[in-house]
Amino acid sequence: MVAAAEAVVASPGFAKYAWIIALLPMLSAALTLFFGKRTPGRGWIYGVATVGAGFVLSLLVLWHFVQGGGAYSSSVSWFRVGSLHLELGQYVDGLTAVMLIVVTAVSLCVHVYSIGYMHGDERFTWFYVSLSLFTAAMLNVVVADNLFQLLVGWEVMGFCSYILIGHWWEEHVNSSAAIKAFLTTRTGDIPFLFGVFVLIVASGTTNIHQIGEMLGAGDIARGTASAAALLLFGGTIGKSAQFPLHVWLPDAMQGPTPVSALIHAATMVAAGVYLVGRLFDVFMHADPWVLQFVGIIGGMTALGAGLLGLVQDDIKRVLAYSTISQLAYMVSLMSVGPAGRNAAFFHLFTHAFFKALLFLGSGSVIHAVHSNNMSEMGGLRRPMPVTFWTFLIGSAALAGIPPLAGFWSKDELLVSASNGHQVVFVVLLLTALITAFYTTRMVMLTFFGEFRGHGHPHESPVSMTAPLVALAGATVGVGFLGASFAKAVFFKWVYFEEPEAIHFVPWVAALSVGAALLGVLVGYSVYREARERDPVLAMGPLTTLLVRKYFLDDIYLKGIVFPIRDKVSAFVYWTNQNVLDGAVDGAGWLAKAVSRAVDGFDGSVVDGAVNGVAQTAGFTGGILRYVQSGNVQRYAVLLFTGVVVLAVVFTRF
Amino acid sequence: MIRLPLALFFSAVLFSAGVYGVLARRNAVLVLMSIELMLNAVNVNLVAFSQAWKNLAGQVFALFLIAVAAAEVGIGLAIVILIYRNRETINVDEVDLLKW
Amino acid sequence: MSAQEYAFVVLALVGTVAAVRLVTAKNVMHAALYLVVTLASVAGVYLVLGAEFIAWVQVLIYVGAIVILFLFGLMLTKAPIGREALDNQQRGVALLVALGVLAGLVFLIQDAFRWDAPKVEPFQATTGVLGEALFHRYVLPFEAVSFLLLAALIGAIVLSRKEDRA
Repeated sequence: MVAAAEAVVASPGFAKYAWIIALLPMLSAALTLFFGKRTPGRGWIYGVATVGAGFVLSLLVLWHFVQGGGAYSSSVSWFRVGSLHLELGQYVDGLTAVMLIVVTAVSLCVHVYSIGYMHGDERFTWFYVSLSLFTAAMLNVVVADNLFQLLVGWEVMGFCSYILIGHWWEEHVNSSAAIKAFLTTRTGDIPFLFGVFVLIVASGTTNIHQIGEMLGAGDIARGTASAAALLLFGGTIGKSAQFPLHVWLPDAMQGPTPVSALIHAATMVAAGVYLVGRLFDVFMHADPWVLQFVGIIGGMTALGAGLLGLVQDDIKRVLAYSTISQLAYMVSLMSVGPAGRNAAFFHLFTHAFFKALLFLGSGSVIHAVHSNNMSEMGGLRRPMPVTFWTFLIGSAALAGIPPLAGFWSKDELLVSASNGHQVVFVVLLLTALITAFYTTRMVMLTFFGEFRGHGHPHESPVSMTAPLVALAGATVGVGFLGASFAKAVFFKWVYFEEPEAIHFVPWVAALSVGAALLGVLVGYSVYREARERDPVLAMGPLTTLLVRKYFLDDIYLKGIVFPIRDKVSAFVYWTNQNVLDGAVDGAGWLAKAVSRAVDGFDGSVVDGAVNGVAQTAGFTGGILRYVQSGNVQRYAVLLFTGVVVLAVVFTRF
Repeated sequence: MIRLPLALFFSAVLFSAGVYGVLARRNAVLVLMSIELMLNAVNVNLVAFSQAWKNLAGQVFALFLIAVAAAEVGIGLAIVILIYRNRETINVDEVDLLKW
Repeated sequence: MSAQEYAFVVLALVGTVAAVRLVTAKNVMHAALYLVVTLASVAGVYLVLGAEFIAWVQVLIYVGAIVILFLFGLMLTKAPIGREALDNQQRGVALLVALGVLAGLVFLIQDAFRWDAPKVEPFQATTGVLGEALFHRYVLPFEAVSFLLLAALIGAIVLSRKEDRA
């Protein structure tokens, strides 16, 4: 039985077809899985075609909101379990439309890029299957209108991430990284799951919109909302790599670069931020200290990760820590309130483009130099011009140089924070400085100076550079969507309860530009000349702390992993062998004893009775047979005796 | 006239004598004779009752009985002769193949 | 006791003695002759009772045909002579049973009629009446008996055929 519920606001326009966008990559995943190997090109065409179509459809969906359309939701009933009613549905508002664009655009670029990057790989087809599946899962999370659907997409993403990080699993370090990623995000998923349960139990429904209404009406207690918010944030900490569960993201760089670009820059890690934003009602109606906690975690992570990015040699790890830091920006902004939420989403939107650009660019460099380490790079701006210029644009955006996208979004963040959240403001400003510094370091070490590696690097093929150019264009352009002088249309699409007006605050802009330029200047001056030893590695104890990643990995390993592996597993093993197997063996022994008793009873009593009856019959027969003498006259005697007796009996009685 | 019980006693005596003969005689032919004796006793009984109740059915039945007895003797003797031919004996107690 | 009764008793006694001698004779030929006497006395009893047709049928068939059959049978099977040869092992039991039968029957008669009983009066000349009844009312049993006799005839012939086919 299928029941569809629709909430139509004016005319839904193209928004009601948003679910198709989520379904298309699923189709391509299946097609690639079954027919990929036989298709010419080994199956990339399905993924590219469907995601490309999805991107076009996302634009159409966005057009509906550009024209001032309203939110739209619809659902179909899936099945009922007792009082729990599971649905499949979509909730499409401006935020959804924006996220759809981000996911499909970046996914399309990655799909095209991988044609060249993964060319000749042994598991090329399977790679594309996983990419499509992942895209489908992320789109599902974005359009989901109920918690269950969101959870399903969430978990599928985690699985795809595991598969893709460990794509070259023959190397032990890659498979270990995949496991580390999976377990760490799982650790965050458990509180997330409980948070979902709390919400479902408290509200009786899985529909996010209805939960929001119930919260607004005061039907859910403050304490319940706080508990739910805190638990849900656990999922964000895991998926978006915040402290203390950030440890998996740098190791996840073991996977192929397109994977890093798609999953660990633009989409999956952004899902944690999206979760907080989508369920912002819960956070708003929780106790204030919940949001403060969110802000603290975000701030700590932003600064800490930024510092860690300073001392990395691997170019991808620099970008990984940068991602953690930028995500922390968004998370800490969530704690500011509705204005912060909207600013965070704007930053998520822009960050997806330039971070993906940076990752793909680094992939191009790695492809040319056959090494991840910046110590083996240098002076690449001449042999690889397209890569250089696009990378430069992305880095400038990251550092926050106007008029690129990064500047506008970072500016928005600082503006929202400046309204009464001074601590956050200061931390973010400091982080912006450090961000600019390590970004400049990265660019200098890679593209300037003398080439320190082996071989002759050359520019990458068009299939790899075309996405770079496209993303660079996006980086330049999308920033203006949130700029105040361009009417800041972005905030007409993404808002919390009420659209807000955006103002340009000059002194904040001045401070953010100043911090960015200061960082760039320092970086340029430090790394302009080639040096024997990287200065950041000469900071003494600070260097040790940063290189060892604040000793967190060691703490986790010795404090959690080893005790569990040695003590807990041994205990569980002992219990299994002695208690459980003992019980099972005991039951078996008991069954055998009972069966022996029953057998004895059957043999002696039952068989005895049966044999006894047979023996009695035989015995009696042995006696009675003598009656049959064969002599007719004897029979006649008996006959006549009987007749006489019967006659007497019948007449007298 | 004749008292009925007397005739019945006579019939009873003849019948008992016939029973003894059937049970005690060894020769098959003698057994057959004893059977005839029993049949005659029955006839006497029938006729006596027929005359007592003035009902002709008794005598008719007695007539039929005589006919049946004749047939039975014929067959019986044929069988006895057959046994004699096969076994060289007509002692009833030597024909006991259906013994246990 | 009337004259018929006397006659009846005398005939009955003769028949009884003959019957007893029949079943205890040591000589088969004697037994056959005693049979004749018994049958004859029974015929006499019929006469005294007033059923003359039955009496003469008795003589005709029983004494005339059946006894001859028995004599032939005895001849053809070479019956031996002697007490041990003619009586079997269960004489005692047989005597008991026979006496038991007698006792039972006597008891029954006693119980039914006491001593005084309806007297038996010979009524109508029975031959014509019998004939009429036989072919009028009891014609079906009559025909059935004819079939029976035919079957017995054929059976006797079939049974006693010599089975020597070369």
